[in-house]
Amino acid sequence: MRQLGIDRSTLGVAGLLVALGLLTLFSAGETEVPSSAAGIWRRQLVWLALGIVAATIAFRVSPRMLEWVTPLVYAVAIALLGLTLLVGTGGGTAAGAKSWLAIGGIRLGQPVELAKIGAILMLARHFGAAREPPVTLTAMLPAVAIVALPFVLVGLQPDLGSALVFVGILFAMLFWIGVRPSLLLLLASPLISLLLAFSTESWGVWIVFLTIVLLVVRPYVLEGLLVWLGNVTMGVMALELWKNLAPYQQNRLLSFLNPELDPRATGWHIIQSKVAIGSGGILGKGFTAGTQKRLAFLPEQHTDFIFSVLGEEFGFVGVIAVLVLFAVLLFVLIRVARNAVDGYSSLVVAGIAGMLITHILVNVGMTIGLMPIVGIPLPFFSYGGSFLLTCCVALGLVLRIAWDSRLSGYGSV
Amino acid sequence: MSWWETHELARQARVGRYVVLFVFGALSLAFFRVQVLRSDRYQMLSRENRLRPVPIPAPRGLITDRNGIVLAENVPGYSISLLAAAPESLSATMDRLAEVLPIDSTARVAVFEQHRRAPTEPVLLKRDVPFDVVSALEEQRPWNPGLVIQSDPKRRYPEGPVLAHALGYVGEITEEELRSGTHRGARGGTLLGRDGLEQQYDDRLRGRDGVAFVEVDALGRTVRTGGVESMLPPDPGETIATTIDVRLQQFVDSLFPVGARGAVAAVDPRSGEVLVLYSAPSYDPNDLVGGIDIDAWQTLSQRQDFPLFNRATQGRYPPASPWKLAVAAAALRRGVVTMDAHMAIPCRGGMQYYNRYFRCWRVEGHGDLALAEAVQYSCDVYFYQLGLKLGLPALLQDGNAMGFGERSGIDLPNEYRPLFPPSGEYFNQRYGPRGWTNAVTLNLSIGQGENAQTLINMVRFYSALASPRGVAPEPRFVRGDDAPMRGLGLSPDALAGLRQALVAVVDRGTAAGAQIANLQVAGKTGTAQNAQGLDHGWFIGFAPAENPEIVVGAIVEFAEHGSRVAPLVTRVIARHLLGPAAAASRGDRYAIDVPADSAPEPLFILPDSALMRSPARDTSDGAATRN
Repeated sequence: MRQLGIDRSTLGVAGLLVALGLLTLFSAGETEVPSSAAGIWRRQLVWLALGIVAATIAFRVSPRMLEWVTPLVYAVAIALLGLTLLVGTGGGTAAGAKSWLAIGGIRLGQPVELAKIGAILMLARHFGAAREPPVTLTAMLPAVAIVALPFVLVGLQPDLGSALVFVGILFAMLFWIGVRPSLLLLLASPLISLLLAFSTESWGVWIVFLTIVLLVVRPYVLEGLLVWLGNVTMGVMALELWKNLAPYQQNRLLSFLNPELDPRATGWHIIQSKVAIGSGGILGKGFTAGTQKRLAFLPEQHTDFIFSVLGEEFGFVGVIAVLVLFAVLLFVLIRVARNAVDGYSSLVVAGIAGMLITHILVNVGMTIGLMPIVGIPLPFFSYGGSFLLTCCVALGLVLRIAWDSRLSGYGSV
Repeated sequence: MSWWETHELARQARVGRYVVLFVFGALSLAFFRVQVLRSDRYQMLSRENRLRPVPIPAPRGLITDRNGIVLAENVPGYSISLLAAAPESLSATMDRLAEVLPIDSTARVAVFEQHRRAPTEPVLLKRDVPFDVVSALEEQRPWNPGLVIQSDPKRRYPEGPVLAHALGYVGEITEEELRSGTHRGARGGTLLGRDGLEQQYDDRLRGRDGVAFVEVDALGRTVRTGGVESMLPPDPGETIATTIDVRLQQFVDSLFPVGARGAVAAVDPRSGEVLVLYSAPSYDPNDLVGGIDIDAWQTLSQRQDFPLFNRATQGRYPPASPWKLAVAAAALRRGVVTMDAHMAIPCRGGMQYYNRYFRCWRVEGHGDLALAEAVQYSCDVYFYQLGLKLGLPALLQDGNAMGFGERSGIDLPNEYRPLFPPSGEYFNQRYGPRGWTNAVTLNLSIGQGENAQTLINMVRFYSALASPRGVAPEPRFVRGDDAPMRGLGLSPDALAGLRQALVAVVDRGTAAGAQIANLQVAGKTGTAQNAQGLDHGWFIGFAPAENPEIVVGAIVEFAEHGSRVAPLVTRVIARHLLGPAAAASRGDRYAIDVPADSAPEPLFILPDSALMRSPARDTSDGAATRN
């Protein structure tokens, strides 16, 4: 028995989540009405086997080696995203979007998943090379560009949900290298403006708040002015544009932003998901016994809304258990990132944590109506080969980085 | 200050943990609210009350003619559906309603099948229910929860049989179509376009169904209608404005010999717009809307004269003399002849070719002719020699280049592909390398032999002849996307020469009986040999000759000679260009004796195509060859 085993907490938590995920996926296939989710857990098992192989390979790769191939990984990911836009096919419910690469009708995978890893590695390389965190918005431009490229390519597919993940990754990594929160707020402000623009009062409050922040933080005058003008434009334009559209045009725009689900039916989906979760109560209806799921009231119960199955069958207790597991996993990731032997490794782990928390927050929040319905999968739970592989590779990298830091004596910190 | 320092990292990690705690705390709170505080309400919704989406059918788009006259419309109708939790309650309700709404046993099987497939959706019991039944059912509603009475517009075709082949009809989606998922937004009971423009533009005509949310209890009984969620209104289908001239179409119908079989097509050569597409015998599409009983369908589809068959786009006939223009065009293009060229052997009623004697249609012979006169009198002997001079490879190559091996591209589904040999290799494969002689060239030269064309494809060819530069767009019913152009590659002089010869056909040639006062019509007669009975008559004409605005083609089965078809065509042209008064003045419709025992598909030259083929088979084989 070796003294320096691989990081048991990471492996343990991830193993528990994968097991729970498979159980839920099995249950999702158990319906009264024939559905495409039946028996899908077996296919997920095959993907898991592939994922373990991929994780082992990722574990074997030295971070130095990884840093060296990073530009290549990023370039391949971007090239594949470009190719997907040209020859991609739709998948499942999002038949209108081009998000799959297929050869001869067999769908190989979603390049966006590779691009997530590619963006994390590339950002880590970029920040790892510099010792100082950027202190102005201009200094952050290269990092923004690294993320903007896949963001735009994915947004064009169109797959807004996955594009959002890149924003999550960027902000997590900027935070990790110690960029001041006020600067992060300024960077995010145009997006916040766009979201708040649909209520004039809240946007007004926001713009006053932003002005105060600008006066307190005192960035370069030109930058501050640009941020402020950008916010005003976003707020004013968005509202006017939106108001000028006929309801059916608004619907079309919504369905453009979110091809996963028909906007005419989104209200229906949220209601059904909330009814499923709410009727689960504290202890749930029991494994495979969820009536909402069984009678096919729950849409997409094996992908986007798998957490609703969990909520219905295992109740509040089950939900909290899974949320705690996810939180523990993120804590472990933060620990590994902190103990990493070099900046690059540390940043890779931080980026992975950013990716996971974005997925969890958006997916779980969506099932309970906290987040808009953008279809992105829940790590270890949702059915989907490419994403499971990505998660496994990410865990393989984390385990390797943890291993390296133990070898250099940080193990018990 | 570097970020890569222990105290910096420790601070970030601490803040990071707070962020994680905040995010998961917020999520937990949201779940606490829904699962613990409000659980009772959701449990009630889940256990006792369930929401069911009831689709609201979208009204199908109208189809209009070029002057805005409605060709396909919707009239009010009602359909009866049932929301049921289990097959037992479905069957019980149907029994209770049997007195007012009888449903026979085959329909009952279909109802249960539909319920098994989509138990949460209302099951369609009956379409197009008369109003007295609807009001009787309305009274029964309190005792029969789950009963959904909906306004469900019914399709109507005011023109009936006159436009049946161009418009097609609508029918309920089949099990296989539903399973294949090729029709966007379709569900059980959706009406899809069958045949004709209804099928071609189905996506645009269909619109999108709306949804009303109905609350039902655990037994599937409707608790409230429209209570919980507001209704999503349906998007009506688009109105399709076609280029059909329905008055001209009616005129064609009134002229067409009663009881005869055949087709008429009229196209504007400048734009490719289809003005008339007529096929006889026809059927009434109103009888097929919303389901037809099996017996009636079988009678219709198995009738001796195949009324469902569109003779303008699916009937393949030997193109006969009208095809001589293709031979002439090929020869002119290659510079083999000029309009004044004479052939070595003058016509003496036939011509010896090795050991066979090839006849001209005129036993007395035509004497020594130039190309222009040969077209005018349709002299076979001249064209035998022209074909030989051109040679088989050149004839086949140019024939294919002019589009005789491809569909015309008209925007109708199930158009048949004409039969035309792609190259000389075709004969080797069919008859063996030594199994055929150059006699096939002679047959091809006069439009017989291994050549069978649809009327619409011949009209497309004549549209190109009629246009100033010898280029015409594919025929289209609906303006919009630019139709691909196809040209003949002829010089303006050669085109003018051919047009002059075609004018002479009507002025003093084979169609001299069909002249119209004050109008110069160009055209070509044809007589397609029919081994099974009387020959079929062709006529394709266009006018005004100097700047054609309309091309009309007609084929009448068993008409014996094209000259009997010519007056029909010239009168359609006159009606279009000079107005109703000019066309009405001449002659009565004439009768054609239709032999009772002959098959409707007149093609017996090619053994494999002699049998009528199903549209589905033809499409697949056509697609394969096109690849």
